[in-house]
Amino acid sequence: MALRIDQDHSRFKQIVRGKIKQNLKKYVQQGEMLGKKGKDFISIPVPFIDVPHFKHGSRQGGVGQGDGEPGDTIGQGQPQPGDGSGKAGEGEGQHVLEVDVSLEELATILAEELQLPNIEHKGTEKIVTTRIKYTGINTVGPQALRHFKRTYREALKRSIAMGTYNPDSPVIIPIREDVRYRTYKLENLPETNAVIIYMMDVSGSMGDEQKEIVRIESFWLDTWLRHQYKGLETRYIIHDAVAREVDRETFFHTRESGGTMISSAYKLCRDIIKADYPSSSWNIYPFHFSDGDNWSADDTRQCIEILKTDMLPAVNQFAYGQVESPYGSGQFIKDLREQLGDSEKVALSEIADKDGIYGSIKDFLGKGR
Amino acid sequence: MPKSLTPRLQDLKKEIEGYARSFGLDFFETVFEVLSTDELNMVAAYGGFPTRYPHWRWGMEYEQLSKSSEYGLSKIYELVINNDPCFAYLLEANAEVDQKLVMAHVYGHNDFFKNNFTFKYTNRKMVDEMANHATRIRRWIDKIGVEKVEDFVDTCLSLENLIDQHAPHIKRNPDPRVEKEQVNVVPTGIKVDKEYMRPYMNPAEFLEKQKKQVEDEKKASKKFPERPQRDALAFLLEHAPLEDWEHEILSIVREEAYYFAPQGQTKIMNEGWASYWHSTIMTTRALKDHEIIDYADHHSGTMATQQGKLNPYKLGIELFRDVEERWNKGRFGKEWDDCDDLRARRAWDKNLGGGREKIFEVRKHYNDITFIDAFLTPEFALEQKLFTFNFNEKKNTWEIATREFKKVKAKLLQQLTNFGQPVIDVVDANWENKGELILSHRHDGMDLDPGYAKETLKNLQQLWRRPVGIVTKVEGKSLLMRHDGTTFSEKKVDL
Repeated sequence: MALRIDQDHSRFKQIVRGKIKQNLKKYVQQGEMLGKKGKDFISIPVPFIDVPHFKHGSRQGGVGQGDGEPGDTIGQGQPQPGDGSGKAGEGEGQHVLEVDVSLEELATILAEELQLPNIEHKGTEKIVTTRIKYTGINTVGPQALRHFKRTYREALKRSIAMGTYNPDSPVIIPIREDVRYRTYKLENLPETNAVIIYMMDVSGSMGDEQKEIVRIESFWLDTWLRHQYKGLETRYIIHDAVAREVDRETFFHTRESGGTMISSAYKLCRDIIKADYPSSSWNIYPFHFSDGDNWSADDTRQCIEILKTDMLPAVNQFAYGQVESPYGSGQFIKDLREQLGDSEKVALSEIADKDGIYGSIKDFLGKGR
Repeated sequence: MPKSLTPRLQDLKKEIEGYARSFGLDFFETVFEVLSTDELNMVAAYGGFPTRYPHWRWGMEYEQLSKSSEYGLSKIYELVINNDPCFAYLLEANAEVDQKLVMAHVYGHNDFFKNNFTFKYTNRKMVDEMANHATRIRRWIDKIGVEKVEDFVDTCLSLENLIDQHAPHIKRNPDPRVEKEQVNVVPTGIKVDKEYMRPYMNPAEFLEKQKKQVEDEKKASKKFPERPQRDALAFLLEHAPLEDWEHEILSIVREEAYYFAPQGQTKIMNEGWASYWHSTIMTTRALKDHEIIDYADHHSGTMATQQGKLNPYKLGIELFRDVEERWNKGRFGKEWDDCDDLRARRAWDKNLGGGREKIFEVRKHYNDITFIDAFLTPEFALEQKLFTFNFNEKKNTWEIATREFKKVKAKLLQQLTNFGQPVIDVVDANWENKGELILSHRHDGMDLDPGYAKETLKNLQQLWRRPVGIVTKVEGKSLLMRHDGTTFSEKKVDL
């Protein structure tokens, strides 16, 4: 339903995204994009715009309430100096809310924020898996889905209302009418096969900062594609003058030195696809990150040849991200752009620094292939 | 669309209103509206009003509220506005016991709005006024474009807190000291060594000219404003070279800031009073047996405390209850203060029974600062486990500093003074005779945030057009921060 506030709301979102009112952009406060906690939870701060006021410097302390000795660290909830201000009757809270979100929700938010299109599936679309999602509470259901807490609560309510509850011997015996059950819905998920092949240049010129960028970016790519496909596989290739396949851990932490022959990685990638992922039933996403420095023009020609004849016909999209580094010449992306820039299956992106990740993800995933 | 009450809710309203009246609460007529979650979030984002002028910050509030309700982090319990009739909102999906709780709470707020002295001069037709503001600003948007208007609103918001929150109650008189400082300077002309040279070096017309010059200088150096003015927004409205539309928008922002100010001055009392009454009405009259668990669950949720954050609901209700108990038992006055015998103090009960009457009086004549100042006792602070906390730079964490009563009370009062925001006056609008606007920060041990000050000055400059500055202290030294629209500068001053 349309609300009066929708207009203000979309205006706020546009400011946060930097689309309008650039002068406010610097007051937009946003936390880290990557913050994986525990198994698959992440905290995302809600963005807000802090219009400047004359105010006291932070860390002024304040008055709190609770247990503890002087010198004890205060847990839970950032202290908010200057509490007591604000407006009565308004549902006002702290500005930054740390929200725990599952990766699935995160992908949805990501899609909304970046306005990513859904990816067009190919292959074995018709295989459907179902998933159970618990959605509510009911008074009837199978015993296996009994909700103990809700049942107990109903029984407690009833016994208090009937006057049979005795605080000295708080025995609660649920009767049939008290029992509550979980209810569920079945969700259909099309089963499709997808593989991401990450390739990274680990030659001497790729420093820790460059790798950090690749790490953050691949996390988001992973999150998005996992949201789109059940049963996503990932393969990792590192290369300098020669390429080899490695595990995830090694992929992000190796640093080698030496020259760079990108064609070696592309050859390996081509071989992996041929051996394991027939293009008729797999969605294939090779991502290659480098600083754009290649050994020779001859090798670059070879790369383009491999891409044209072997890779592009087989993959959904080939993505190349060039991370800016103080040493690289940055020539490779120019060559790719010249040779393959008009191909629909090629996504190219230059990533200047961490702030560039956002735009780069959009470059890669915005095509919806 | 807001829905009117169902017959069942109408009955409940009648029932709760009857209880409230029987306890002696005195309130405006109350209009309840039933809203869906989205609508409630929207109204809450608008500060409780059905319409506001178009601005992104309502959207920001809305985003926060809807995200946090979507993820189950928080829920708006009650939403009520100071207006006659008083408007309050009920969430459509709430259970009946919640609706009763909210209604009882609302009658508490309503009584407070009507009777507490800080609200005496607030506009009781603010719902209409807000709609009026919205129309006026929309008209300017149609005329000169949304970007220009919104940018100007942003600039005004940056200065929103530069008001004199006690202004409605005080007529400030000129400071007599200012007059005394005017010392007469008699021109003596150029210094002469040989007395016979005097008429040649300082002829009469030269002396006359010099005298005039001194007088001119004196006139020019006459302070403007003559005494410091706290209400900087009013000063700007009167003296800044604003265009018609700018003037109108600034006066709207100022009016709304004054409307909300009393709510900030009485947050603890207002929430405490409303909670006291929902608790009293529910537990003594309105609750049915089967509702007690849900009620207890939700009441304790509202009263929950976090270490680093004072919960105004909790502090307020407990302090009202404490005052009621002390006056019921006669625990006040000289005899009580002089009694050192702990056992006697603990058993002290003179059966006066004047507690209820006392808290009604308190809700009328106090604001948060005087409430805490008058009624916070060492026993209460101990029982409520109050403490002060500070930031430990070495460990990079917040930690408990002390539980010493005097320090806790002082810190609490400091937090509440001027909403915990810096006190700033306009002191000179013609600084060094160059038409520059100078503000002065009354430093009370806390430095200004320099980054924010710089940006705020830039916004102030946009209204004043000429360069602006603020005199403050940074690490104990007086400092003038100045912004001329393009560059920011700082210099040490002796003032």
